[in-house]
Amino acid sequence: MTSLASTPVLVQRRVLNALFQALCGICAIIAIAVLGYVLWFLFRQGITYFKPSFFTRLPDNVNPVLGGIKHSILGSVNILGIALSISIPIGILSGVYQAEANGKLCQFVRFLTDVLNGIPSIVIGLFIYAIWILPYAQKHPGQGYSGIAGGAALGIMMIPLVMRTTDEMLHLVPQSLWDASLALGTPRWRTMLFVVLPSARNGIVTGVMLALARVAGETAPLLFTVLGNEFLGPITGPVDALPLRLYKYATSSDPVQNAMAWSTALTLILIILILSILARFLTRAGKRS
Amino acid sequence: MQTTPCVNVLNVSFWYGSNQALFDVNMTIPKHAVTAFIGPSGCGKSTFLRCLNRMNDRIDGAKMTGTIKLNDQDIRNRSVSVEALRRTVGMVFQKPVPFPMSIFDNVAFGPRTHQLARGRALDELVEKCLIDAALWDEVKDKLKSSAMALSGGQQQRLCIARTLSVSPDVILMDEPCSALDPNSTHRIEELITRLKNEYTVIIVTHNLQQAKRISDMTGFFLRGELVEFGASETVFGTPERKETDDYINGRFG
Repeated sequence: MTSLASTPVLVQRRVLNALFQALCGICAIIAIAVLGYVLWFLFRQGITYFKPSFFTRLPDNVNPVLGGIKHSILGSVNILGIALSISIPIGILSGVYQAEANGKLCQFVRFLTDVLNGIPSIVIGLFIYAIWILPYAQKHPGQGYSGIAGGAALGIMMIPLVMRTTDEMLHLVPQSLWDASLALGTPRWRTMLFVVLPSARNGIVTGVMLALARVAGETAPLLFTVLGNEFLGPITGPVDALPLRLYKYATSSDPVQNAMAWSTALTLILIILILSILARFLTRAGKRS
Repeated sequence: MQTTPCVNVLNVSFWYGSNQALFDVNMTIPKHAVTAFIGPSGCGKSTFLRCLNRMNDRIDGAKMTGTIKLNDQDIRNRSVSVEALRRTVGMVFQKPVPFPMSIFDNVAFGPRTHQLARGRALDELVEKCLIDAALWDEVKDKLKSSAMALSGGQQQRLCIARTLSVSPDVILMDEPCSALDPNSTHRIEELITRLKNEYTVIIVTHNLQQAKRISDMTGFFLRGELVEFGASETVFGTPERKETDDYINGRFG
């Protein structure tokens, strides 16, 4: 009969197992600790001016304590809305193309979108500046910078991210679901639109939210496009955005405005957090019905 | 037994790239009967089943020769629309695959696609299909809830209801019970026996007892060839070929 006692090999396995388990645990804790420290630091620094009046007032350079970031929040929300309305249709449809088409052209498009994904954001801002804002300003002196242009810049940055997620999520949809729909005599487009895309919806929404969260903090492309503004202005002109406001407050000579930069950062993080939670909630509600 | 032919298969061969999966298959499948295909894994029976509604069209490098006639019409004729063909030749798969939508919408999906009914007529059609698939009593109070929440056996009956919803002539079933427990299997078998009054049922199964229980005709496939095809009592009782006898008596496979 085989002995049930521990052998040296088994002991060695157990030790190694414990060792690697500990290593994985420590690394996970380090990753979370960094995030926790950032959030805690941000919260501690930002809470001073994090009060209702901060969100309902414009910057006050005479009496900074009375200032706020109302226009920056509205500007960011508008710019991100424009970015979404550009990147969602183009990103999802080109993702469908990537998932369904094959051949040389498709590989070429995939390569190009990878390149687009790798372009530094400041270059995209510069690009919009060169093809849109500069020519417009030359015709209409004093004009050109606009929230719409900034939304376009962020939208361009989001397209490859949304496209890639859509492509990947569509590949995760099992062939059996395709077969079941096609076997009913459903045309391919109808299968894609009503069966395959809905079953990939959660992943796509998550991907869109991640892309949105990524561009929400972008500062460089906004410098060349929306410029920034001390006042509340229409989206067709220079507007303010949270990252720009953060930069302006942080580099201000006034210590109160320096402190307000932290509150602005906290606001930006919270908006992204709320958007992510909202997306989770929406997709979960959709799944239940 | 009624012997009006429904599907005529003439010299069908099939290749996946350079790999030949079917060799010169010939058979006549009778109308309003259950025809079962048996054989070891990889013998080509599922490939053959998928030829009947052209589900293999989508596979890269697949090639078919020969003729398949459905009610005397060549299903690969250029005038045949593959959507119309698949509506006429429905299919139920091995694993139940409900669509990610409500129970009602699952069954209504096909009729909506082919614009067969709307409004009240659609409600009635969905009810009729669910009754025919022996699922109505279990789901009539939760038609709006997700089909994903049903049990495996219920999902498979939902898939059958979905197949019935576009009023096919022929129903192909690719091992419809292999993912189900014996109780659900029994219910599906009862259902199949009932369905043959209105439909021609063609079923692939690994379960020889099942083939014997429910089928009128049986075809035995081996290495891509149709070894024997005939009335089930003959194939299971006094098979003509030694290979068939070996297989049904468990001497290989």
